[in-house]
Amino acid sequence: MISVTGRELTPSQWILRSLRLDGTLLVLIGILLAIGLVVLFSATGESIAALQRQSGRIAVGLFALLLFAQVPVSTLRAWAPWLFLLGLGMLIAVMQVGDIGKGARRWLDLGLIRFQPSEIMKLAMPLMVAWYLSLRNAPPRLLDLLVISVLIVVPVLLVMRQPDLGTALLIGAAGLLVVFLAGLSWRWFLGLGLAIAAAVPLLWSQMHDYQRQRVLTLFNPESDPLGAGYHIIQSKIAIGSGGLYGKGWLNGTQSQLQFLPERSTDFVFAVYAEEFGFVGIAVLLALYFLIVARGLWIAALAQDRFSRLVAGSISLTFAVYMVVNIGMVSGMLPVVGVPLPLVSYGGTSLVTLMVGFGILMGIHSQQRLVNR
Amino acid sequence: MLIDRQDSYNEEGRDQSRFSVRVLVSILFLLLLVLLLAGRMFTLQVGAHEHFTTLSENNRLRIEPIPPTRGLIYDRNGILLAENRPAYQLEVTVEQAGDLELLLERLSGFVELSPAEMDRFRASVRQRRPFQPVLLKSGLDDETVARIAVARHELPGVEIEARPVRHYPQGADFAHVVGYVGRINEQDLRRLDMRNYAGTSHTGKTGVERHYEDVLHGTTGHKQVEVNAQGRVIRELSVVPPVPGQDLFLSIDVGLQRAARDALAPHDGAVVAIDPATGEVLALVSKPGFDPNPFVNGISHRDFSALQSDPHKPLFNRALSGQYPPGSTLKPIVALAGLEENVTTAERRMFATGYYQLPGHERRYRDWRRGGHGWVDMNRAIAVSSDVYFYDLGHKLGIDRMAPMLGAFGVGSRVGIDATGERPGILPSREWKRSVQNLQWFPGETLITAIGQGYMLTTPLQLADVTSTLANRGQRVQTRLVRAIRDGADGEPLAEPLRYLDPVIASDAHWDVIHQALIDAVHARHGTAWGSVGSTSHTYRIAGKTGTAQVFSLAPDQEYDESKLDRRLWDHALFIGYAPAEAPEIAVAVLAEHGGSGGRVAAPIARRVIDAYLTSLGLLAAAEEEP
Repeated sequence: MISVTGRELTPSQWILRSLRLDGTLLVLIGILLAIGLVVLFSATGESIAALQRQSGRIAVGLFALLLFAQVPVSTLRAWAPWLFLLGLGMLIAVMQVGDIGKGARRWLDLGLIRFQPSEIMKLAMPLMVAWYLSLRNAPPRLLDLLVISVLIVVPVLLVMRQPDLGTALLIGAAGLLVVFLAGLSWRWFLGLGLAIAAAVPLLWSQMHDYQRQRVLTLFNPESDPLGAGYHIIQSKIAIGSGGLYGKGWLNGTQSQLQFLPERSTDFVFAVYAEEFGFVGIAVLLALYFLIVARGLWIAALAQDRFSRLVAGSISLTFAVYMVVNIGMVSGMLPVVGVPLPLVSYGGTSLVTLMVGFGILMGIHSQQRLVNR
Repeated sequence: MLIDRQDSYNEEGRDQSRFSVRVLVSILFLLLLVLLLAGRMFTLQVGAHEHFTTLSENNRLRIEPIPPTRGLIYDRNGILLAENRPAYQLEVTVEQAGDLELLLERLSGFVELSPAEMDRFRASVRQRRPFQPVLLKSGLDDETVARIAVARHELPGVEIEARPVRHYPQGADFAHVVGYVGRINEQDLRRLDMRNYAGTSHTGKTGVERHYEDVLHGTTGHKQVEVNAQGRVIRELSVVPPVPGQDLFLSIDVGLQRAARDALAPHDGAVVAIDPATGEVLALVSKPGFDPNPFVNGISHRDFSALQSDPHKPLFNRALSGQYPPGSTLKPIVALAGLEENVTTAERRMFATGYYQLPGHERRYRDWRRGGHGWVDMNRAIAVSSDVYFYDLGHKLGIDRMAPMLGAFGVGSRVGIDATGERPGILPSREWKRSVQNLQWFPGETLITAIGQGYMLTTPLQLADVTSTLANRGQRVQTRLVRAIRDGADGEPLAEPLRYLDPVIASDAHWDVIHQALIDAVHARHGTAWGSVGSTSHTYRIAGKTGTAQVFSLAPDQEYDESKLDRRLWDHALFIGYAPAEAPEIAVAVLAEHGGSGGRVAAPIARRVIDAYLTSLGLLAAAEEEP
């Protein structure tokens, strides 16, 4: 499938190849982005302005994807520790001088641009851990685990203090997934599971009131219909009333009558579920599954350990994104503020995801070159 | 070597196969999760579809914010400075209106609708929720309200709502103290907690309104309402009432504020009066003021440019943001530094000629009085305001011993008043000059600093604060505008506690010297304020100091001659003083822009302010007040 020797390339294949892009992945992502814009139009009350803004962000994201696909794996690897240190430095800086938006200190203002350093960490984390583990060609040992634990825990705690539980979760997952893919013995994961269970009380004491409230209302949303439970109740009603085929585009009463909060951002899935029903959801889930599967396929074919680990972690983190968001919107997981990847309105996570896919495609092209 | 490579190749192979196993496990696990999610969706959407459809049909619960009432602002005697007045606005519920364009046409027969208002209305119509009334025009007068009310049956969907709008009954007199509120803009959004501002349209922009925003705003409440399938509110289910903002009681006295404004006429400038015992600001005037009311709902572009291009700069808060050279008013502090540092004694006398020269330098530093003042000791030097005496003292002290004493009084740092816009002024020192200009300090600069010229800048508020410290013989109390906060209309105003700052330490004997010199500056026959204040009839004594702040500098051979100068280049007249000298009740700083002489112009202004205050305290019979 990958070997190209002696086969004629069609012009489009030739273009994709010279741009170091993966056609399959690009088409899947494109469909998802298109669905995103369609839902967004409905969720924002048919706002053309929002549509234009989001299209602009998608253009920026595609450009970032194209750009990062050109970066050779060796360069990525050489830059991994420095990127990590940069991200860490900015996370510390944001604690000191960060801008406050919606009650949290997440933004760093660099004059020209304002951004969240935690986004850099989403990619720097898997790169760093993969870099560390690629220094040796064997499953991680105890000492490695200690080093990696520090690498993961410090940024995660910093992001949690901002407070941004959703992003902290994604950064932690990105790091842990690398360790998992590197072949860490199953016993350790059992141990980690038990440790997490034991750490729950500690975590609880570290949480902000609003985070605790979210966890509490998860188990009993009806207990607080005016406050934190309102999101979950309304979103479950939106999903459930959608039925098999949905109420139709622009016809979801829950969203159009503005019962559903944050309907263009974190809860956009509920709008989609209400208007397109179970059939629409099946399509969406299949799309997500295919994207992750394609990413893992690229990872499995990669030629060196670093590429494998990075590609695998990026793909699986994308899956975590999706599962956590849909889980929280449907009331299975606490509301932690993770957007629906590539669909939710907003630029920050979109661009980071696209950069991740760019790296993935770059790894894929590299591997094809080696094979040739 | 070969074996190594073989090993590494094998290890690479092992790693790849191990990785493939992990990938397979991940895919299977992901598939499981996706099926789980799909199962969950199936349960919700197909299994419980009926249930949720019913909920969706009946669930017409909506949460609407109820904005809190903004706290009121009073003066020290309970006179309103900022209130909320009901203002009538025209709102349209589109669903009930029928043909919108027809309605607008009909409405324009009752009320004038500008194209801008129509456009804004059409834009908000597109953004609204069903059955949400949309604002068409605000600020209706009573007559229009009456006419529309009579014709209501021909105007379906039209409502007249009364909403509270901030109003400042004292107008221009308090614009620079109370400030004003305005519509929340992009910048405010970044600063405010939007959850608590869900129903709020205005926020404090300047002054006390801005500084005490958190106290004045209150907490937003909300109500849960039920709406029908089209989104129309049917009934209210539950209400969490808002918590109104707290009321503020300023220490300012409206009467004294007006007296100070009138005393300043015809000059532009500033008057700040403080009760030295409590740090409470009794009057804070920046003249001219401006009417803050048009700012509340957005001042028109034309009116705003007119205010901005006004040569009298009414928008400029002279009292807090105006930085002026303190001139001779700070000579007492330099004298105190000289005494405390044992550089001089109160008794030491020198012959003050018309100029001073640094040893070995040509340049002549001139006295404001051409012929000089003859033999002067410290008391007389302050009273007659001898520049030459202070050139000499400044030279002996040096900037390194002069600046710390000025700093201890608060020169060069913000007073920390509870309003916005305060500027710190400048306390020049060797370090200041190096860090700001990257230049070394010259001895001549010490001389002009000693007479309050050169780099040194102070705000009128700062001067009043310094005066209060002089009146207290070094004791420093935090200067503030708000003396009490009241929780709800039936609550008791709760006094804000005094806060003491690091005092200025000096011996009693030295304070006595300064105090007596300040009295003599006003009440001795040779004092600079004798002619305008000391020589007039009075029943109490003022301790004070005159000053002039140069607007431009003169060449060594030039003469300052008001009659030959454009009025805008005249010196600023300054006066600081406290009274009654023996038991101070009030400390005042006066700045009369381009007033010329501090003694002739500024001192009588301070006298009128002090008279008015002492009269209001009952310490002075009204008849004794100067006409």
